[in-house]
Amino acid sequence: MRAMTTDITKTAATPAGDDASRTPLIRWIVTAGGLATVASTFTAWTYTDAFPGDLTVYGYPGGLQILTLVAGALVVLYGLASLGIKGLGWLAPTGTTKALWFFALGAFATTWFTTVAIAWQLGGLANLEPGAFAAAVASAVPLAAFALPDDTHKAKRPRELPSWAEILLIVAAFAVGMYVITYGIDTEYSELFTGYLITVGFAVAGLIKAGLTARLSGLTSKYRQVTVIAAFAAAIAFPFTQNTDTYTLIAVNILIFATVALGLNIVVGLAGLLDLGYVAFLGVGAYTAALVSGSTASAFDVQFPFWASVLTGAVVSLIFGVIIGAPTLRLRGDYLAIVTLGFGEIFRIAMGNLDGVSGPRITNGPNGVPNIPDLEFFGYNFGESHTVFGIELGAYANYYLLMLVAMALVIIVFSRAGSSRIGRAWVAIREDETAATAMGINGFRVKLIAFALGATLAGLAGTVQAHVQHTVVPEMYQFAGPVPPNSAFLLAAVILGGMGTVTGPLLGATLLYMIPAKLQFLQDYQLLGFGIALILLMRFRPEGLIANRRAQLEYHENDQLDVPDKGLTGSGVGITKAGA
Amino acid sequence: MKAMTTTTTDIATSPVLEASGVTMKFGGLTAVQNVDLNVNAGEIVGLIGPNGAGKTTFFNCLTGLYVPTEGKVSYKGTVLPAKPHLVTMAGVARTFQNIRLFANMTVLENVLVGRHTRTKEGLWSALLRGPGFKRAEAASHERAMELLTFIGLEHKADHLARNLPYGEQRKLEIARAMASDPGLLLLDEPTAGMNPQETRAAEELIFAIRDQGIAVLVIEHDMRFIFNLCDRVACLVQGEKLVEGTPEVVQGDERVVAAYLGTPFEGAPGAEEVAEVEAAEAHSGGGGATRTDEPAASAPTTRTDAADAAGTSESASDAPGGKGTTSQEGETQ
Repeated sequence: MRAMTTDITKTAATPAGDDASRTPLIRWIVTAGGLATVASTFTAWTYTDAFPGDLTVYGYPGGLQILTLVAGALVVLYGLASLGIKGLGWLAPTGTTKALWFFALGAFATTWFTTVAIAWQLGGLANLEPGAFAAAVASAVPLAAFALPDDTHKAKRPRELPSWAEILLIVAAFAVGMYVITYGIDTEYSELFTGYLITVGFAVAGLIKAGLTARLSGLTSKYRQVTVIAAFAAAIAFPFTQNTDTYTLIAVNILIFATVALGLNIVVGLAGLLDLGYVAFLGVGAYTAALVSGSTASAFDVQFPFWASVLTGAVVSLIFGVIIGAPTLRLRGDYLAIVTLGFGEIFRIAMGNLDGVSGPRITNGPNGVPNIPDLEFFGYNFGESHTVFGIELGAYANYYLLMLVAMALVIIVFSRAGSSRIGRAWVAIREDETAATAMGINGFRVKLIAFALGATLAGLAGTVQAHVQHTVVPEMYQFAGPVPPNSAFLLAAVILGGMGTVTGPLLGATLLYMIPAKLQFLQDYQLLGFGIALILLMRFRPEGLIANRRAQLEYHENDQLDVPDKGLTGSGVGITKAGA
Repeated sequence: MKAMTTTTTDIATSPVLEASGVTMKFGGLTAVQNVDLNVNAGEIVGLIGPNGAGKTTFFNCLTGLYVPTEGKVSYKGTVLPAKPHLVTMAGVARTFQNIRLFANMTVLENVLVGRHTRTKEGLWSALLRGPGFKRAEAASHERAMELLTFIGLEHKADHLARNLPYGEQRKLEIARAMASDPGLLLLDEPTAGMNPQETRAAEELIFAIRDQGIAVLVIEHDMRFIFNLCDRVACLVQGEKLVEGTPEVVQGDERVVAAYLGTPFEGAPGAEEVAEVEAAEAHSGGGGATRTDEPAASAPTTRTDAADAAGTSESASDAPGGKGTTSQEGETQ
């Protein structure tokens, strides 16, 4: 940390003497602005409670003010760190200036979004209390950070901490992460969610620029097991924080969406096969489970136990995967995309037609299979509430936990298959099929395995989905539509999040599910906005939000180091692939 | 013929690769016509020829990338299947003329992919991660590092292949091919674009590979490299094998020189040869011109053929390795 401070003064001293004397002053101004922003959140911003969230109270912040408070606090912290205050150096291993830019922008954008939203919704600036004007002015002050010289430098070797402290840091990071995500899922009105997206977006960008995320990922790759356990513990904790089932249902749907996206990531991210009808395999699994669930609308009068219906769903999906894959995977290029696109549509239309009128009566046509009973495990009914550790868990919490297990399974399959002989063969086929076959890889066979594995995992998720929704209808399995999961959104989740990574599709699926679910006022505009966002992302960050090392190097050759870290060397190929 | 070629090498007599009558036609275009080539164990054989002579096409026929229209390719006595991955499985590995590494995989991973045919672990064992999987993975890893040490890239195992300098990419391609434990290695222009020092190093590397008991068939344009390296050289011109023999024989063959450089201009040394050519031209009535459509190209072709006809008697007597020297020439004229 002492090294940090000297480094800052050194970079500060390099510009002309005039600048050098100005720099600390600007830093103080930024910090003071952040402090003023924080202080302003304790005042009232509006007169009435017509605007959601409690913004009328002097004394404590409420609603959107909390977001402003967080953004302001980050500015203060990093402002102090940039001034070289002892004990804060760890906040910014690679420099504070760029982080300050993002934090200042975040505070500014959150505050101004809030004030403008109040004035807009309540009809005029008259609805703003002086506190709001003070906040608007105060949050603009930290923008002075843009006058600071760039102090980005390479991160020093982090100080060795005892391993218990490092593990504690990981746990703390996951606790904070889970809190942030839970806060997002629990946002009650769309203004708050929009503000949340703004704040979190800028804050994360700032933390990345500060090098703190890199430091954390260094730690997580050092303690992989701890990380995995912490991540799952955080995920398991979620339903315990919920009072009602409303947000748990959203979380279950996110998990289903994310699990299917992860399965697609094997096909698209590892083997490089463009599958445009992937949701059909989810549908195959869901329909299979629905038909053997004992629902009255099912053509088959059977009721399989859950484990059997999961197996049936997965196996039927596997068979469909092989049937679709076998003739098309012999070909190269875009044929597969066209065939899978067709398969997706054929599946949906066929399910709609197997109603006894246009075809045999199997699926009950467009009405779908309703009244799918809840699951029951050894007398444990998933449709009822249960009390665990004195906390009442709603029905969807059961499905949430079940889905979490399914997702864990998919993650294990993804990372284990990815870092093995077969996973290397997939990547090799993706990279150069001719060379891969010349290295003795049977391209067709290896691609078929990837395709069938992807189909099986989607089918598996589908069996749970059928029971969560209690109904399956053909329209749930479209190519594109406003409600995820559909094939287009699945592919978007993989690409948006980052192909070939585990966390990428999880993040992508979370965002793509939460944004439509939370911002319902957008209605049809959300597809427009989504399209624009995707174009912008592909232009500025083609490797996705979370890039694997390969993609990062592929797209940003010049500003990345091509020499791997020492840490990576020791952990061998497994890591690069598993992270991939 | 077979007896003749074995005299050029005293190491071994059993042929590793036997290609007989390989013909490859793309529609009306015959890229490779009736080429016979043997590679014996422990031998380095060179394949030369001007651009577009069909060398790479011939390679692709050997490795199953193309299915030859006619002819037979066998490796250690068994006929090779026409699937690239089965050819590699059988023990024939190759590199590519334009480097085809897996650019976004690490150096080590590239070599590990090469181990694919020599390992068995499928999806199930990867998912279950039993002791067998770990053992196999560790063994592959060890072998891959061994090969990287062999080519001198062990310190760059974790770099992405795309970030290696050109010469090292070429070496890595060789290591990747060697990872499949081949009995025969096919190298397609391994020194293209290399400077003289790198070429020297590549030469040493290929000798070292030969010393491991791997036979090598190499395509190359660098004549000094090929004549230093090879026990035997075959020259391919317009899809047909012009000559085969020891480097000395091929080097001294005028048709090879003519194929590469064209025949001398008037006034250049060798006036008597020119006279011979003219005589032969008059004799054959310009029959050679039917070979190509381009009138500009027809002149050198005719001359080559003529020089050929003139030189047949001497080359047949002093070149024991000059197998099939004139057979094709006869039919084209």
